Amino acid sequence: MLDSVKGFSTTFRHLFHKPVTQQYPEYKRPVYPRFRGRHQLHRHDNGLEKCVGCSLCAAACPSDCIRVVPAENTPDNRVSAGERHARIYEINMARCIFCGYCELACPFDAITLGNDFELSEISREALVYTKGMLLEKPALRTPSQAIDPYDVPAQDEEHVLGMYDIVTATNPEGAES
Amino acid sequence: MAATEETKVWPQQDILQPVPSELWPDSDNPDLLEINLGPNHPSTHGVLRVVTTLDGEVVVGVKCEVGYVHTGIEKNIEQKTYWKAIPYVPRMDYLSFFSGETAFCMATEKALELEVPRRAEWLRVIFQELARIHSHLVFLGTGSVDLGGIALLFYCFRARDEVLDLFEMACGARMHPRYCQVGGVAEDLPKGFDRRCREMITFMRDQIEQYYELIGANPIWLARTKGVGVLSPDFAIRMGMTGPNLRASGVPYDLRSANGGYGGYRDLDFQPIVEQGGDVHARFRIRIEEMRQSLDLIEKALDGLPEGPVMTDDRKIALPPRHELHTSMESLIHHFKLVTEGFEVPAGEVYAPIESARGEFGFHLISDGSARPWRVRLHGPAFVLLQSFAKLCEGVYLADLIAILASIDPVLGDVDR
Repeated sequence: MLDSVKGFSTTFRHLFHKPVTQQYPEYKRPVYPRFRGRHQLHRHDNGLEKCVGCSLCAAACPSDCIRVVPAENTPDNRVSAGERHARIYEINMARCIFCGYCELACPFDAITLGNDFELSEISREALVYTKGMLLEKPALRTPSQAIDPYDVPAQDEEHVLGMYDIVTATNPEGAES
Repeated sequence: MAATEETKVWPQQDILQPVPSELWPDSDNPDLLEINLGPNHPSTHGVLRVVTTLDGEVVVGVKCEVGYVHTGIEKNIEQKTYWKAIPYVPRMDYLSFFSGETAFCMATEKALELEVPRRAEWLRVIFQELARIHSHLVFLGTGSVDLGGIALLFYCFRARDEVLDLFEMACGARMHPRYCQVGGVAEDLPKGFDRRCREMITFMRDQIEQYYELIGANPIWLARTKGVGVLSPDFAIRMGMTGPNLRASGVPYDLRSANGGYGGYRDLDFQPIVEQGGDVHARFRIRIEEMRQSLDLIEKALDGLPEGPVMTDDRKIALPPRHELHTSMESLIHHFKLVTEGFEVPAGEVYAPIESARGEFGFHLISDGSARPWRVRLHGPAFVLLQSFAKLCEGVYLADLIAILASIDPVLGDVDR
């Protein structure tokens, strides 16, 4: 009898604790800077795309969800900084497993994985993201925790960038809001 | 035969006879009732179909049907280069996901005869133990729901989120982090990890006290678990069981310490926990105790974390540093070759087992010298554990069958893979 009461007292004590519930759709918990969410393609400061259509991301993708069709840059139609650009760049979000190998593979830091994780759609077709969608900043952005404590490696302050340090290197806007 | 050579003593005949993994009723009484538990039954922990024959309320026949979540991951891995296969592996045993990654990377490293930096090995220990805590928390929460207690589920899942936060912070994903890479780990820990991890340890220690208060002396809990589904040590060994279920029967076998351990555990002076009894109660208790032990191990690893690189400097395996891609042509060529073709693994066979939250989790890797594994075979603990399920359920009540299934903790993604 006393033993049951002891168990109930634990539950009872929890009545006076602060609730840990987060009111999710209204409140979005900031993700950590290393979080891998929706992809983004980036541009140089002068507006040219960073992607040169080398298809290395498509080669690295374990779930084969990236499709790149390159085309030559011409003087009339200069899209990227290199010789070629991606004429078609599609990511099938229904297949993507968010492993982040595309951003590891990209030698030009053209693609990174951002903060957004609310990607549900009504149809499968809508989950195929085109180049235009990936180049735009997402309308509703998920906030991120500060970079300094949660992304800079613990070992030394003047850290030499390693093979996986993409977020620190190329995605400083991860810290915004 | 030389005189000095000893005569080989083979095991007794009855040990070699297989134990049936199904239980058939020994009478053809027409009053026996055959019911289906599953595949979509909440207490089967996944999609397991248990065809149960009942005599009144007593179980007289059990037949497990598996294969509902067969995903062909082993075959999928054979189509990928080693690097690209890593994100696939944690999707088998999705509760102790980091163990899967580590096992695969360790098997590849063994085939390559590659040295892993010490810091990386210790980081792997931290995350393996975090994954173990995660798995045991889910086990404890869902297991208590099976026995009719809902409070523990909320407490456990709340604590589970704290663990997953640490994964998100360091690895980028809450589950399936692909943090472990061949030759080390992907990134070094972020600066704030140490503090947050220690906070989590303090929080979890308090939580574990509460779990004990809730169920430790609860008479209903004890009546439901004590003496139910007793697994004798001999039978457990004979069925090839590993992990907490074996240790709950009093066998001190843990791959973290057996044969000198592996990886960072060699330095951490690990001693396995043993629980006597072998019943459902012992299997619940040992997992709570193992969580406590994992917290101690994490704390120890954080205290003594060696400095140094987290990735091997072998440029034939590891991708070159990012900043070199813009300056060095040679690095860029290496990068392209590694991503598109992968690294070649010398021909041969290796088997690298590790101790996951469920037991021995080992990859048998056969390489033909190319950049893709010729054959990958996983020794999954949950499939082995499920073999003994029918025998354990002989003559118990239907409600106890659920308790026994919860206590042996199979993950169907690992059983079917």
